Amino acid sequence: MASLSPGFHGRGSRSLVERLPPGQYPTESFPVLSAGPTPHVPTDTWSFTVTSENGESRSWTWDEMRALPQEQPVVDIHCVTRWSKFDTRWEGVSLDVLAAGVETSAGFVVAESFDGYTTNVPRADVTGGRAWLVHSFDGYPLSPDHGGPARLLIPHLYFWKSAKWVKGLRFTTEDEPGFWERAGYHDYGDPWREQRYWNDA
Amino acid sequence: MSAPKTGRSPSGGWWRARLTSRDGQTTTGRTLRFEVPGWPGHRPGQHLDVRLTADDGYQAVRSYSLAAPAAGETVELGVQTAPDGEVSPYLNDVLPIGAEAEVKGPLGGWFVWTPETRGPLLLVAGGCGVVPLMAMLRARRAAGTLVDPCALVCSVRAPGELWYAKELADPTGTEDLRVLYTRQAPPGEERPAHRLAPDDLEGLPASPETRCYVCGPTGFVEHAAALLQSRGHPPGSIRTERFG
Repeated sequence: MASLSPGFHGRGSRSLVERLPPGQYPTESFPVLSAGPTPHVPTDTWSFTVTSENGESRSWTWDEMRALPQEQPVVDIHCVTRWSKFDTRWEGVSLDVLAAGVETSAGFVVAESFDGYTTNVPRADVTGGRAWLVHSFDGYPLSPDHGGPARLLIPHLYFWKSAKWVKGLRFTTEDEPGFWERAGYHDYGDPWREQRYWNDA
Repeated sequence: MSAPKTGRSPSGGWWRARLTSRDGQTTTGRTLRFEVPGWPGHRPGQHLDVRLTADDGYQAVRSYSLAAPAAGETVELGVQTAPDGEVSPYLNDVLPIGAEAEVKGPLGGWFVWTPETRGPLLLVAGGCGVVPLMAMLRARRAAGTLVDPCALVCSVRAPGELWYAKELADPTGTEDLRVLYTRQAPPGEERPAHRLAPDDLEGLPASPETRCYVCGPTGFVEHAAALLQSRGHPPGSIRTERFG
């Protein structure tokens, strides 16, 4: 096989392999990606609703959400467009707390956003202390372009799963592919297995 | 050994891509054309991943927009050199003509437009954000879909930063083409240099059915998308793609 990319040496650090999923590069900046205009959602009309597969639902206003136990996760995040950002600092409510608001035995959950965006994940991936509804980044209120006033944070999956401007979770017994999952992206999205696109294993 | 079947992605989804030409667009932007045996085609607005491999096996991958509609096994990319970039300076200045990289794609099923999509079309580009929009404009020109109004607004900092300058000046086009300068206007330009403003969109398609595509750096996209909404375009009619 002929040598590919003659003269390419690369400048990426080879020493970050343990923290950097395959095909990613580290960035200090915080790129913004979204499919449409940034919605501006005021907190005084904001609410978050969890709905079970039987239609049972539970909602929180902004103040009620802020009164729930708060956590401060520090996590690495990985975007399917190949940037990774280490040690990002957030504040928010564990999805364990919110998911406990309804009784469910569904295997899947769809996150729904104020702009109509959706994304799907197995229920097991938003419980067990691995996912949050976050409202602060680096000690400041989350800005609208980064999904403020509140977004999901599911750091062990590609970042499109961490829905911006999220307004609720809907538990489902059938897996329902969301916005990007219908537009060519992988149904699950594990960065460590490089599950980027439909045809990836 | 038999040749790979056309349209079937090779193992791992990576196609070998041989650089066949490179042309300057701006001081830091280049048009690169690759031959990709087996390339299945793509839709205007889609992108692909380019993978480079160093001698020690180290690999780096970045996404680049396709600048032209599908044309057999040739793909055209618009690559802007990123300051301190790892991949773009190599692609733009080092990779020899005739040498190979690998590509994966086509990718992206949202920021796309095909000539079958009817209705007014409004394309708004910041800098090299024009690249995927150029694929849409070229596809429209090739299809001869001239009934529906179409406009391309290009915002650039200075005259030397306009991509596809010759093609956009083509008087045979039936599109409304507008170039806006934000920092330095060319001699004779009546509009003083400033960022995209409501006046700059006057007379362009404004009906709620208009399909809007906005591509550019984040600050530009935020500004342009807000402006489009203020002139009545519903959020759901505005598709965005950002970089940087």
